[in-house]
Amino acid sequence: MLCENCGQHEATIHEVLIKGGTKMEKHLCEVCAQVAASEPSSNLPINELISKYMVSPGVHAGEASEAREAPAPTVCPSCAMTVREFRQSGLLGCPVCYSVFEDQLGPLIERAHEGGACHVGKTPRRALDSGRERGDVERLLGDTRERAERLGALRKQLTDAVEREQYERAAQLRDEMRRVASVLGGDVGGNAGDGEQA
Amino acid sequence: MSRPSTGWSGGAEWLRGEGEASDVVMSSRARIARNLAGYPFMTKATSEDRVQVLDLCRRRILSDEFKRASGAESVMWVDLHDVDKLERQVLVERHLISRQHARGKLTTGKGGADQPRGVAIGLPSERVAVMVNEEDQLRIQVIRSGLALSQLLEQIDRIDDALEQGLDYAFHPRFGYLTACPTNIGTGIRFSVMLHLPALKLTGEIERVKRAAEDMSLAVRGFYGEGSDAVGDLYQVSNQTTLGKSEHVLVHELEREIVPRIIDYERHARRTLLEKRRAATDDRTNRALGVLRTARLLGVEESMQLLSHVRLGVLLGLLEGVEQQRVNHLMLLVQQAHLQCSATRELSQQERRIERAKLVRKSLGGT
Ligand SMILES: [Zn+2]
Ligand SMILES: [Zn+2]
Repeated sequence: MLCENCGQHEATIHEVLIKGGTKMEKHLCEVCAQVAASEPSSNLPINELISKYMVSPGVHAGEASEAREAPAPTVCPSCAMTVREFRQSGLLGCPVCYSVFEDQLGPLIERAHEGGACHVGKTPRRALDSGRERGDVERLLGDTRERAERLGALRKQLTDAVEREQYERAAQLRDEMRRVASVLGGDVGGNAGDGEQA
Repeated sequence: MSRPSTGWSGGAEWLRGEGEASDVVMSSRARIARNLAGYPFMTKATSEDRVQVLDLCRRRILSDEFKRASGAESVMWVDLHDVDKLERQVLVERHLISRQHARGKLTTGKGGADQPRGVAIGLPSERVAVMVNEEDQLRIQVIRSGLALSQLLEQIDRIDDALEQGLDYAFHPRFGYLTACPTNIGTGIRFSVMLHLPALKLTGEIERVKRAAEDMSLAVRGFYGEGSDAVGDLYQVSNQTTLGKSEHVLVHELEREIVPRIIDYERHARRTLLEKRRAATDDRTNRALGVLRTARLLGVEESMQLLSHVRLGVLLGLLEGVEQQRVNHLMLLVQQAHLQCSATRELSQQERRIERAKLVRKSLGGT
């Protein structure tokens, strides 16, 4: 059998893939198989998510204009990325895109992260240490509401863990809450400037 | 830069076959994605943006702080747009850069210019690698042999801090570290564990394990990544979500809850093979070694499958005179680019199979 891609070499790699319930067979030569293996398929899930969970701007714009509300933004003023382009590639254009398209991305992001809606974990250390002013901390970690939300999410995970008798995990979550809470308490500039270089 | 292929016969820390549970776990890896505030992502970056970003990042990577945090003796920088395809493929096979980074095109095949882009590699262990101007501006990776996610988290955290000393990361209060693709935001961290599961494959229980892992929202992939069959019975298990769970919680779930269970299943299946199907297993592993010691033509996949069975035989005490580490290394040396590199001229497909068989025979004491 000849390779179904180049039709020149003998097909030596026979692959069966099950995608979305349908069976696909591939017969390739060694060279083409190597190339095929290097094609990314990782953007598939994000594209599926986009088509399912991202609100189409067209639909939105129509409703919005009748209600005389501001229409959902369709282009990022900072990098000129459009919603349309994002829907095609699954990639955003710049950090500002996340703020501009926040409402439209929300459901998609929650879905992609299995319900995770806000960040828990590491924050940029130097930026945080040097950000003594309240405004800087808020810029990094969000306002009181967002931080409270994050603590709420952790508390929920903790309750779940305790219910399932996963005590080691519960202890970890408690540590995590302590970390978030200590930042919330304003104990932010505490170790700024010293110790880090030692 | 000198050809990365020369003098690369050792290296590849992740194949050492050491560390916790190394009978089942080949290696552990952590990778984080970071972008700089004030610059567009690669999708919208102009050549000028890319040059500036690369400059900023490279300067930090070549700093003393980075070297100290990475624990490397020296740091090698490779301008990827400057080296030929074969050398890039060698880096892919050594798991030091992604295929996407080797190719230099964004996932969509569109986006900005594909250069400059590069990778920094910590030598001699190759435990640390930092890709610059991939899908995200920085992709930091640390690898170790065996199950070692907690240690990896500690190390990657230090490296991240060392880089951040001189870089402003793009960060959002709600979405965390910002990445080009919304599936990587939050911590931006992916842990993955490469498992060798020949017994589960032979007993047919592998599908159940895969489904169970996927139910726990983990991704299970083969050696060559998504969609590929697990070559050599090697499977990668990794977290799929990066938003809403801290790095510590992720490590805990993988290292203390999920991976140990898979390890137990595999060990149990290996015991079953020894106790209930001893003759057949003895036959299979000895035959595999016999073929590798005598074959005159070998393809990549066939070699990998046979090496997998030999590795199993060594671990079960059925094969003597073969070291596990040698088998691990062969799994890398039989790959296309590595094989091509050991030759002095471009080889045809048939010639590669001949050379591969020769290499394996020599290494395993065949005829
Ligand atoms: Zn072909
Ligand atoms: Zn933008």
